[in-house]
Amino acid sequence: MSVQAIHNERIDSETGKLGMWIFLFTELFLFGGLFLVYAVFRAKYSADFHHAAEELNTFIGTLNTVFLLVSSMTVAMSITAIQKDDKKLALFLVGLTVLLAGLFMMNKYFEWSHKFEFKIYPGSEVLKNLPQGELLFFGLYYMMTGLHALHVLIGMILLLINIVKIKNGTVSSNHYLHLENSGLYWHLVDLIWIFLFPLLYLIT
Amino acid sequence: MNASENGSHVSFLEHKGKYKGILSWLLTTDHKKIALLYLYSIMIFFFVGVILGLLMRIELFKPGETIMDAQTYNGMFTIHGIIMIFIIVIPALPAIFGNFFLPIMIGAKDVAFPKLNLFSWYLFIIGAIFGVLSQFIGEGSPDTGWTFYVPYSAESSTNVIYALVAAFILGFSSILTGLNFIVTMHRMRAPGMGWFRMPLFPWSLYATGWIQVLATPIVGITLLMVIAERVLKIGFFDPALGGDPVLFQHLFWIYSHPAVYIMILPGMGIVTEIFPTFSQKPVFGYTAILFSSLAIAFVGYFVWGHHMFTAGISYGSRWFFSFLTFIVAVPSAIKVFNWISTMYGGSIDLKPPLLYAIFFIFLFMIGGFTGLTLGSVATDVQAHDTAFVVAHFHYIIFGGMGFAFFAGLHYWFPKIFGKMYNNTLAYAGSIVIFIGFNLLYFPQFIIGLQGMPRRYFDYLPQFQTGHQLSTIGGFILFIGLIIMVYNLVYHAKKGAPAPSNPWKGVTLEWQIPSPPSHENFEEIPQIKNHPYFFGESTGNK
Repeated sequence: MSVQAIHNERIDSETGKLGMWIFLFTELFLFGGLFLVYAVFRAKYSADFHHAAEELNTFIGTLNTVFLLVSSMTVAMSITAIQKDDKKLALFLVGLTVLLAGLFMMNKYFEWSHKFEFKIYPGSEVLKNLPQGELLFFGLYYMMTGLHALHVLIGMILLLINIVKIKNGTVSSNHYLHLENSGLYWHLVDLIWIFLFPLLYLIT
Repeated sequence: MNASENGSHVSFLEHKGKYKGILSWLLTTDHKKIALLYLYSIMIFFFVGVILGLLMRIELFKPGETIMDAQTYNGMFTIHGIIMIFIIVIPALPAIFGNFFLPIMIGAKDVAFPKLNLFSWYLFIIGAIFGVLSQFIGEGSPDTGWTFYVPYSAESSTNVIYALVAAFILGFSSILTGLNFIVTMHRMRAPGMGWFRMPLFPWSLYATGWIQVLATPIVGITLLMVIAERVLKIGFFDPALGGDPVLFQHLFWIYSHPAVYIMILPGMGIVTEIFPTFSQKPVFGYTAILFSSLAIAFVGYFVWGHHMFTAGISYGSRWFFSFLTFIVAVPSAIKVFNWISTMYGGSIDLKPPLLYAIFFIFLFMIGGFTGLTLGSVATDVQAHDTAFVVAHFHYIIFGGMGFAFFAGLHYWFPKIFGKMYNNTLAYAGSIVIFIGFNLLYFPQFIIGLQGMPRRYFDYLPQFQTGHQLSTIGGFILFIGLIIMVYNLVYHAKKGAPAPSNPWKGVTLEWQIPSPPSHENFEEIPQIKNHPYFFGESTGNK
């Protein structure tokens, strides 16, 4: 059985993907804890959450959603490209994914620094004087989008490693597990955002 | 199979890999060497935890201050808890015996992700170092107890953050080990080994793996929230800012109750291997044991609320959690019946591993029954936060997981090191440990019911007899541990060579030389029988 190829540098692709899927479960549960806290406080302070959510810029949020959705598509296309042995196209598509992720982070940076200008950050005086529900909303906002942004960064690093690996041939049409797993991870980043976006920006 | 006898066999300990000396250990991806790395590091931390426990027992020998002040005592029970729970009890059985024997028992040459396995060990060491450091540096050792309850953990001026980070990293290591095992069992079973031909120790690790993967992230995020609470004043758990401390307790126990089953399930798996071998009889109720493991893992996910009966949760949720807690007792009892039935009518050979396994049943049952006392709402209100809880917990965790660990150590020692230990010393050690253990913890049931609170550094004079018996028991237990460790450490080098199958076991690990070769199997075995097939005469198919 090919599965038994031990101490072989390459892990068989089904095995590698199964491992990644289970890891993604753990990621879902990691965010799940925060979603739970969100649900509890949303139920308790629905009016405050309503007010606080109106402070968020829906335009930037929508733009970021588009960036991530498109990047999810480009990373999926890059896998098809590598399967068809089109190295150039794959490189281009992975590069495009990283670029879109970068745009997402840039937007996030402007969004956060805009909030900081108004002294809305955890522990600030302004926040302390807001109603308690709004304070908790912003706490959740920073914690959830912060943890998500950290995942975007990790995803970007994984994709950058893929660019190197595609260039030197470690990721190729015979063996593209690394790209596939990075793609799975990237879809998770996208998926989490798909939930964060309505919960924080849209439901007002 | 008998390669050792014709001289061509090279054990994994002598295998020449890419690296030499210490690096051949630190950079190894061999699951057996990683298991030994875990064994040695866990034993060291175990003795740190034991010494802290003993110091607390000395402090409690007399009312009032004996050898340390109250704050030091608070730090000691916290670090004792953190070390014992996060560094020893949760990882020990999967990381040591799981790593060593899971691949061998399913006929594989290694785990699915060997490098990830080594990475988990490094994470473990980093986390463990953080945990121990928190005792000694900065603002003084954390004094919140291992449960990190808010609001105190958000306010205490001690090194709580180090301890939180330690628990977070150790949790991550635990997740990766569980993930690795699940994938290994899905993808790497030898040809012919269907799911229902897999031995029961791997099955228990399978159930454990899913709990590790699905429960640990919750505590991870919870610990991060406490850190955010301390550093950023984010307010989730602070009533002054609108938060809710009981919410923390929910989140914490959603993980930490299933974690109890991470601790005990592999222990149950180990004794399930031991009973058939020393009874020379197939395990009774293979399927029942298997499904009871899965049932414990599943139901165990929904009982966390029984830690919070006195925390002000609603009446409805109290009886709900109490009811489910009683449900968990059913699969545990099924296992006990099956172990005893396995011995019934067998040709019993009372070797040290079996003796430890029988002690395990005895202590686990006391722990289990007193667990029901705490699981029913009315009696829990009485016994909550008393020494009764401490006694119950140690009967389950030390009497259960700890004795299963010792049983496994004595069972697989010849296979791991290729040497035999001294049987007389092993019997002596096990009996002294058993006596010391009961003398240490049983009085705590009694003084607990009489009203002795847990985690108190001082007490009223009427509890003195109980505390003194307990302290004496602690020292007897310690002597027993020394005997056991001396016996094992000395004979790991100097013992008589072990045959490949000293106990006449039938699972795969006994079909290869002791210690196993680097690749485990010369050729991948073909599985044709049930894992506990002792020959036609025993009537097993």
